[in-house]
Amino acid sequence: MAAFPESAKAVVVGAGIVGNSLVHHLARLGWRDLVLLDKGALPNPGGSTGHASNFIFPVDHSKEMTALTRDSTNQYIDLGVHTVSGGIEVARNQERLEEFNRRMTSSISWGEPSELLTPAQVKDLVPYINEEIVVGAFYTPGVGVVDSLRAGTLMREAAQSLGALTISASTEVTGIDVENGRVRRVHTDKGPIETEYVFVCCGVWSPRIATMAGAAIPLTPAVHQMISVGPIPLFEETPGEIFFPIVRDVDTNMYERQNGSDMEVGSYAHRSILMDPDEIPSIEESALSPTELPFTSEDFDVQLEQALELMPEILTVEGAGIRHAINGLLSLTPDGMPILGETPEVKNLWSVAAVWIKEGPGIARAVAEWVVEGASEIDVHGADIARFHPGQREQRHVDARASEGFNKTYGIVHPSEQWESNRNVRVSPFHPREQELGAVFFETAGWERPWWYESNAALLEEYGDRVMPREAEWESRWWSPIVNAEHLAMRDRVAMIDLTAFHILDVSGPGALEALQHIALGELDVEPGRVVYTPILDHNGGFKADLTIMRLEPELFRIVTGAAHGMADRKWFSDRLPQDGSAQLTDVTEDWCTVGVWGPRARDLVASVTSDDVSHAGFRFARCREVELGGVRALASRISYVGELGWEIYAPMANGAALWDVLWEAGQPLGVVPAGIGVYGTTGRIEKGYRAYGAELESEYNVAEAGMTRPKVKEHDFVGKEAYLRHKEEEPAAIMSTLTVDDPTSSSGVKRYMLGREPILTPDGERIVDRKGRPSYVTSTGSGPSVGKHVLMAYLPPEHAVEGKQLLVQYMGERYPVTVAVAGSTPLFDPENTRVRS
Amino acid sequence: MTLNVAVCIKRVPETGARITLTADEQEIDTSYLGFTISPHEECAVEEALRLVQLHGGTTTAVTLGPPAAAEQLRNAVAMGVESALLLVTERSDWDPQATAAALTEALRDGGHDLLLFGNESADSGGYQVGIRVAHALGLPCVTGVKHIEIADGTATVRREEGGGWEIFEVTLPAVLTVKEGINLPRYASLPGRLRAKKTEIALVEPAWREGDLRKQRLVVPEEQGSHVEMLGDGRAAAPRIVDVLKELGVA
Repeated sequence: MAAFPESAKAVVVGAGIVGNSLVHHLARLGWRDLVLLDKGALPNPGGSTGHASNFIFPVDHSKEMTALTRDSTNQYIDLGVHTVSGGIEVARNQERLEEFNRRMTSSISWGEPSELLTPAQVKDLVPYINEEIVVGAFYTPGVGVVDSLRAGTLMREAAQSLGALTISASTEVTGIDVENGRVRRVHTDKGPIETEYVFVCCGVWSPRIATMAGAAIPLTPAVHQMISVGPIPLFEETPGEIFFPIVRDVDTNMYERQNGSDMEVGSYAHRSILMDPDEIPSIEESALSPTELPFTSEDFDVQLEQALELMPEILTVEGAGIRHAINGLLSLTPDGMPILGETPEVKNLWSVAAVWIKEGPGIARAVAEWVVEGASEIDVHGADIARFHPGQREQRHVDARASEGFNKTYGIVHPSEQWESNRNVRVSPFHPREQELGAVFFETAGWERPWWYESNAALLEEYGDRVMPREAEWESRWWSPIVNAEHLAMRDRVAMIDLTAFHILDVSGPGALEALQHIALGELDVEPGRVVYTPILDHNGGFKADLTIMRLEPELFRIVTGAAHGMADRKWFSDRLPQDGSAQLTDVTEDWCTVGVWGPRARDLVASVTSDDVSHAGFRFARCREVELGGVRALASRISYVGELGWEIYAPMANGAALWDVLWEAGQPLGVVPAGIGVYGTTGRIEKGYRAYGAELESEYNVAEAGMTRPKVKEHDFVGKEAYLRHKEEEPAAIMSTLTVDDPTSSSGVKRYMLGREPILTPDGERIVDRKGRPSYVTSTGSGPSVGKHVLMAYLPPEHAVEGKQLLVQYMGERYPVTVAVAGSTPLFDPENTRVRS
Repeated sequence: MTLNVAVCIKRVPETGARITLTADEQEIDTSYLGFTISPHEECAVEEALRLVQLHGGTTTAVTLGPPAAAEQLRNAVAMGVESALLLVTERSDWDPQATAAALTEALRDGGHDLLLFGNESADSGGYQVGIRVAHALGLPCVTGVKHIEIADGTATVRREEGGGWEIFEVTLPAVLTVKEGINLPRYASLPGRLRAKKTEIALVEPAWREGDLRKQRLVVPEEQGSHVEMLGDGRAAAPRIVDVLKELGVA
């Protein structure tokens, strides 16, 4: 046996599906001197991989998760460990049938074939189902089961055959040394290993291992109950592990999956049972394995009845009993997404956690590409560990959201659905005023942000049908016509919008300009007092962020970015600052509150409370400077994300309430309205065709495709420049376009409004896919009250990105005619930008 | 004749893992452990069900234990037992003598044809309760039973002794303590599980009586480590295997 390694390029901790897949992909991409450790024995060291139900349903509403699942499936197929069984999600009620229509749109958007079935068709495929309680079903023929342990073994062996890997099982990690903020050494019960990188692939134990290095991986182990009933004679007669389709009884949060002669019945319906990673028993203390805890039958009783209702014949067949029952542990995160990437706390300490069997190999590939090549083919920013703000890393938050999210595993989750638990964590100084105005708050990164104000209900009468009222319950959920009324009032008069959730980073020092020039596409060597809107690219020329940078002083820059991606952006910038300390990054998010004042009367409003010159000549567009507003010193920045004249006004948090009152009172004679993020993030933005990171802007698309190239290319080198120049020259494979819905009336005469991620189809109803294989789907959508249309944004291949072109969008089982209104970045509303620049 | 069978069971920690003790060494640390019916007794439950299936009659599961022991009674019901009786107590210091006394009292007027016990419990292994109950009730008792046949009010039972069988005939009512191997206990069916959930468990608070056994402390016996040596892979391993077989004297 080889001696225990003393040093390594990378130590991968955890030999479940993730760690095994990761060593394979790291080796494939050229890394050597890898060490894979697990405290358990191989091939099943006792983590969650060992008891997984191992089935894969490919369709998810999330593009990212669907792409990762598809990649994983392909890898399992290549390894010869994937068996196609088909999968059926059954509906017990009408609401679920509507959800299946929505799942069909996701299936078409992401290109995973699925179809809707009648109860009789379900019975044909699953002869033992009680079709009388089924009202319809969503069938995905490509669903299958995998042998994840075998896959892991093959992946390990592949890395070994490249001479890249040393494996040490039954080896427990006891500590991780960090020097100068960087991983240095892993201590184990067999000795220390000097290493450049550490990957935490420890599933439910991940927080415990990360803590050894002083980092947080905010997940919680949680119980998922599963029983195995058999022997079932019908199954004994069929060949192989699985013959009949897997059934997801989604309305009861359960699944039934044949496994040999048994039926496995699993549940996400019971109370959430969370554990502390330190409470998980050791291998020696576990009767089965550390992640297979004693079954608590009382939690499962209701599920038994529901399973019997659906499959009475085979589950009660003579001689069949509950042969196996576990409380299996799996990982839950506060937002339901995996936790991937280098930890913000420790350099070269990577988390690859909260990953299920269906995503494992795909995520391992993405992470390997990310660490070896700098970016992954599949954009995984939604799973970036850097996304969490400090409050979201607290156990209280993790537990609250994991508990709330657990029963949503098979739930019907509205795209705008809000969390109920652990709210009011971050509030702006305007919050009490907003409450008085009847603000309806949505949460972003812990911040409570007004989405609309009930106090504006009177505007509904003023604007009548121009507010585009919604008739269908689904689209009225988490929405109000008041959003559109606020929008119209802003366009007519002036609005105040709370933007305190902005993430604000100051970069200062003699090296600040040089550092930022290297990070941003936009020219930052500008006069102090200029505001620069700029994309931030990865080295492949894909989007990492889009944000504004104010040059406040020669050696002081202020970066303003969105709350949702602020923490990840902070890491991106701070990772790229010079080592010599000549540029310093300070997160000043908690120091500043922000209010946007926009509308044709914005100048009148601001002018009435200041003696500073805010005339067009005196305060030009894309300029910023300090102003005094009714006794409050504030920083005003003349830009707009809603296409109106006005300013973002930044004041110290402590002055926030005073600032609000000054503006509010001054605004009364001008008819000021408070407007919510519904206007800022959707209606105002979309009428102007402004792109948003995470919707239109992702690493999978480039600046040319987004229609955001600039005639002049900055001379200074910057991340992604080479790719940017190339993209600028080549014909784009897709062009960001704005479309309008010609007629939203459904076949039953109800006006329906898309909510996002729906497929754009040709007039013949065919999917549209660009030459890079990317489908056309709705990236953002919302009402355009000023243009009187429902507006969609989508990337279209050049042959379709033609103004006036007629296409279709599929929504809730029907197709609606749409027209390409704009190909490229020209705004739909006020195309000359006269308002912004007046 | 139909049979009226009582099966006495005990709630014990599910083993299969390393046993750890509480700090005072008075109890097994069960924080990571599930609980189960002591395995010999699970076979007793199965035997009761088998006999009643054959001859008709009724089955009752009985246990003395904490309120949580209802879980084991329900498990017995889920397997097919009809009714359940819990001699409920918060005390954990019932020794075999005290337990047997409480059971005797509970079973005395039950009119049972057959009282089945496990040969010994999986945790304390006293081997006493069945015998003590039989003695107190003046009933014949056979221990270590691995086969039961009933005919005309007589049980013909067998137990392993040396290389062969000892065969007993006892008239009913009788007490039999059975051993694992007598049968393969069935798994609970789904309908059984649901019936168990709805079954009302009769509760009786037994009068406490002092036994003569005093627990000083628990000790975890030294684990017998096992040694695995890989002799090689595929064909290359063959010569070594031959050597080992020779060393063992089997080749």
